Amino acid sequence: MTLSSVVIVGAGQAGFQVAASLRQGGFAGRISLVGDEPGLPYQRPPLSKAYLLGKIKAENLVFRPAAFFDQQQIELIHDKAVIIDRQNQRVVLESEKALEYDHLVLATGAHNRPLSIPGEHLEGVFGIKTLADADALAPRAKDAKNVVVIGCGFIGLEFAAVAAAQGASVQVIDRGGRLMARAISPQMSDLFLKAHESWGVKFHFSQAVDQIIGENGKVVGVEKADGEVLPADLVVYGIGVIPNITLATEAGLEIENGIKVDADLLTNDPHISAIGDVACFPCVHNHGEHTRIESVPNAMDQARAVSARLLGKAAPFVATPWFWTDQGNLKLQIVGLSTGYDSAVTLGSMESNQFSVLCFRRDHLVAVESCNRSGDHLAGKKILSRPPELTAAEASASDFDLKAWEMAHRL
Amino acid sequence: MPTITLIEHNGTQHSVMGEVGQSVMQAAMNAMVPGIQADCGGACSCATCHAFVEDAWTGVVPAAEDAELDMLEFANERQETSRLTCQLTIQENMDGMVLRLPESQY
Ligand SMILES: Cc1cc2nc3c(=O)[nH]c(=O)nc-3n(C[C@H](O)[C@H](O)[C@H](O)COP(=O)(O)OP(=O)(O)OC[C@H]3O[C@@H](n4cnc5c(N)ncnc54)[C@H](O)[C@@H]3O)c2cc1C
Ligand code: FES
Repeated sequence: MTLSSVVIVGAGQAGFQVAASLRQGGFAGRISLVGDEPGLPYQRPPLSKAYLLGKIKAENLVFRPAAFFDQQQIELIHDKAVIIDRQNQRVVLESEKALEYDHLVLATGAHNRPLSIPGEHLEGVFGIKTLADADALAPRAKDAKNVVVIGCGFIGLEFAAVAAAQGASVQVIDRGGRLMARAISPQMSDLFLKAHESWGVKFHFSQAVDQIIGENGKVVGVEKADGEVLPADLVVYGIGVIPNITLATEAGLEIENGIKVDADLLTNDPHISAIGDVACFPCVHNHGEHTRIESVPNAMDQARAVSARLLGKAAPFVATPWFWTDQGNLKLQIVGLSTGYDSAVTLGSMESNQFSVLCFRRDHLVAVESCNRSGDHLAGKKILSRPPELTAAEASASDFDLKAWEMAHRL
Repeated sequence: MPTITLIEHNGTQHSVMGEVGQSVMQAAMNAMVPGIQADCGGACSCATCHAFVEDAWTGVVPAAEDAELDMLEFANERQETSRLTCQLTIQENMDGMVLRLPESQY
């Protein structure tokens, strides 16, 4: 069957990229991109960093200007998809308009996990997901005196670095015992802990938050489980996200920690794909286990893979996962997935903040974390994207140089 | 508005109009130039916006900062004139500038 209409639900990183890649690949059919956020599709990473610092303006967050959508005949529909009628291959929108599809791509992303504690809705308590969140937060962040960050994952720490740079006193509370624990090695956590402390950020580990305390509807403090109250005029939380699966669940699509897809990123309905933060796919870099990855590169690579398939060039999705985060003067880049790694070799020095951790599982390289060592990141990406594999024994040699090794082992 | 020419690895030329203050990457993306992927959206983290500045223009572009040099150090097909276009801010004096795109982004 030739494909004449593609409907994409979710006009974020992944959804936008499917539309752009389809046109770039020569698709001439109808493309409808449905998004429930106002304005043009935009990128989120700067929202917790450069945008709050005023280093990048709103008009530069958008992926493309309005004219692009006209020129490329990508129909951008500001609406919410509420029903997938699989039988008749149509999507019903909140406005009751219906869109017929030959193929449907679900790119609905994820929403912030709520704090679910008393005081979570007080004025001055923020999560960061959308441009609207960042616009509401930016002026308050500039003037805040006492900032409490709940959760020391990427977004919480990016914001902590911004708030410290803007002169606030910053305290971070986390249930766990180290920074970005879900994603990086203890060695790299340690480097970031020292850096944040040098910027004046204070940490409270292994602590739950009992409630957020307000006066006249405004936040004034955060009470920890041990009873201590930290004064706060601004609270930002980042405690993970929950995939937006309602639409897919109601349509009877298979769900497993997100929308479950196969190696081609297809759901259990052959006319429906799912990509980006919402999709849980069998990941060859995670021993084939179904994995959900929340990152820009994952959204982009999956969008390109689906677009290629729709254009008749199907190939299983095998892109090497990678990620970056910018905190203060530190750029951390991670390539591969370190889940279940059992040994590590470090390169560079923590003192200079130029430091890489090579993670091995059963003596094979599975991930490279690099702080201010982008060369290692790019070399790691190449090594992890093809054979031969680097072993821990080789990397442990004194004077080992990852970039030199990669160059010497090109096929 | 300065016009910048980007030449794909296969020789296809694209003249793109850029606004002063915008990055060369943004101007190229808006014009849908194939060969600039810009996966990280300009965060100097992906090196998929790599281009070579034509010799005549190397004096016009400001020097790269450390973060960009770090990334370029191991970019595919690194040359003396390599730059990450997301870090190149368009200025009036760049009108007519020519950049070539690497084979790996073709
Ligand atoms: C503050 C912040 C900083 C980040 N920093 C980084 C970083 O430094 N590096 C990195 O790699 N990643 C970063 N990320 C993660 C990255 O932005 C996401 O992984 C990426 O945006 C995922 O793309 P997506 O298209 O799957 O989801 P999204 O970009 O979230 O887009 C989903 C869209 O679908 C819409 N939608 C949902 N349901 C419906 C419906 N029923 N109808 C219509 N529209 C709907 C949503 O409103 C949303 O606009 C960051 C994220 C945030 C929030
Ligand atoms: S866009 Fe990623 S480095 Fe330039």
